[in-house]
Amino acid sequence: MEFLWEGLLQITWQQVVMYLIGILLIYLAIKKDYEPALLLPMGFGAILVNLPLSGVINQNMEGIGVVNGIIEWLFDVGIEASEALPILLFIGIGAMIDFGPLLSMPSMFLFGAGAQFGIFFAISVAVLLGFDLKDAASIGIIGAADGPTSILVSQILHSKYVGAIAVAAYSYMALVPIIQPFAIRLVTTKKERKIRMDYTPGTVSKSMRIAFPILTTFLVGLVSPQSVALVGFLMFGNLIRECGVLGTLSDTAQNVLANLITLLLGLTISFSMRAEAFVNIDTLLIMLIGLIAFIFDSIGGVLLAKFLNLFRKKKINPMIGAAGISAFPMSARVVQKMALEEDSGNIILMHAIGANVSGQIASVIAGGLIIGLVSAYL
Amino acid sequence: MWNNFLISLEIMGKGMAGIFVVIGLLTLAVMVMGKFSGQNKEEEKK
Repeated sequence: MEFLWEGLLQITWQQVVMYLIGILLIYLAIKKDYEPALLLPMGFGAILVNLPLSGVINQNMEGIGVVNGIIEWLFDVGIEASEALPILLFIGIGAMIDFGPLLSMPSMFLFGAGAQFGIFFAISVAVLLGFDLKDAASIGIIGAADGPTSILVSQILHSKYVGAIAVAAYSYMALVPIIQPFAIRLVTTKKERKIRMDYTPGTVSKSMRIAFPILTTFLVGLVSPQSVALVGFLMFGNLIRECGVLGTLSDTAQNVLANLITLLLGLTISFSMRAEAFVNIDTLLIMLIGLIAFIFDSIGGVLLAKFLNLFRKKKINPMIGAAGISAFPMSARVVQKMALEEDSGNIILMHAIGANVSGQIASVIAGGLIIGLVSAYL
Repeated sequence: MWNNFLISLEIMGKGMAGIFVVIGLLTLAVMVMGKFSGQNKEEEKK
């Protein structure tokens, strides 16, 4: 009857830690509503892969040989071999995005660029903390505030920290309403946060909406070829949305496809949350650097807005700069809420949404640029 | 580590410059498209 106890006796304290982390992720997903579509499967997957002799990862069984496990297979096929899961998810994300607010106020594009500063700042911090360049770059991309981009870049750079990076990226995306107000207050005065902005959007024709994803793919592809998979699939999803003849397909991409892939991605990523790879001091450092990346994204965006204000007659509310991160629409909502807290009649939501949407484009561009730049140095 | 840190600063410079260049190009392209579509609408009204 020993076989009944075999599993129990093989549990290590590191695996117990992973069970607790799994339960914590499930708790955050259900109770706090923090990115539940991803954190719940990740949390459950963390328990699955850490059961002793778990059948969801490949096992060498006595007398039989290697038996394939479903989660390891999903990881090998969907992430390691092709990065298919995060890339396909971009079709769904692209179909969800309305670029209208950005196209009607093209000046908001700039803030998407400024708010990527945290990525590069975090790379330097990670290097100073002893991570090698490819791991540091993979950790820095947490600052893209974009889960699929973080997973994709860290996987392409063959980082051994994909699991911790995914957990950090999605956790901090969910914590944007807590992190951003803190970061914004660090670098703005009450007077600056009260600045009101006129909303005079330009016209956005249907042909412009259709041309934008094609043009963006073309331009970004020429300047940063490594971004093509990311930007191309994001913009393809958006083209499905805007073309006007694929309504059902657009709905499917936004809902069924995005949900299904998120579910599979969460379970698949849990493969990299095996105790031996996850429970170590590096994971804590990654969580810390990820937080630094998010804070400096917001600070970078705000400082860019303050810099532009030096040359402008009509001042920009510098909080708009912080909305240039990719976490959509949370970041725009946070900025609007802060503006209302300072001045109950201050509506800057559309500007914030424009910057926020720009952040989604800029974060994938940043991902592609990092892959290209880091590979050139390796 | 020091060498990697210097490389990371280079990546920071080149990366941020790259993002601003691409975003700048997109901004210009959207502004031009906006102008053309605005002109077209005015012509249609006339």
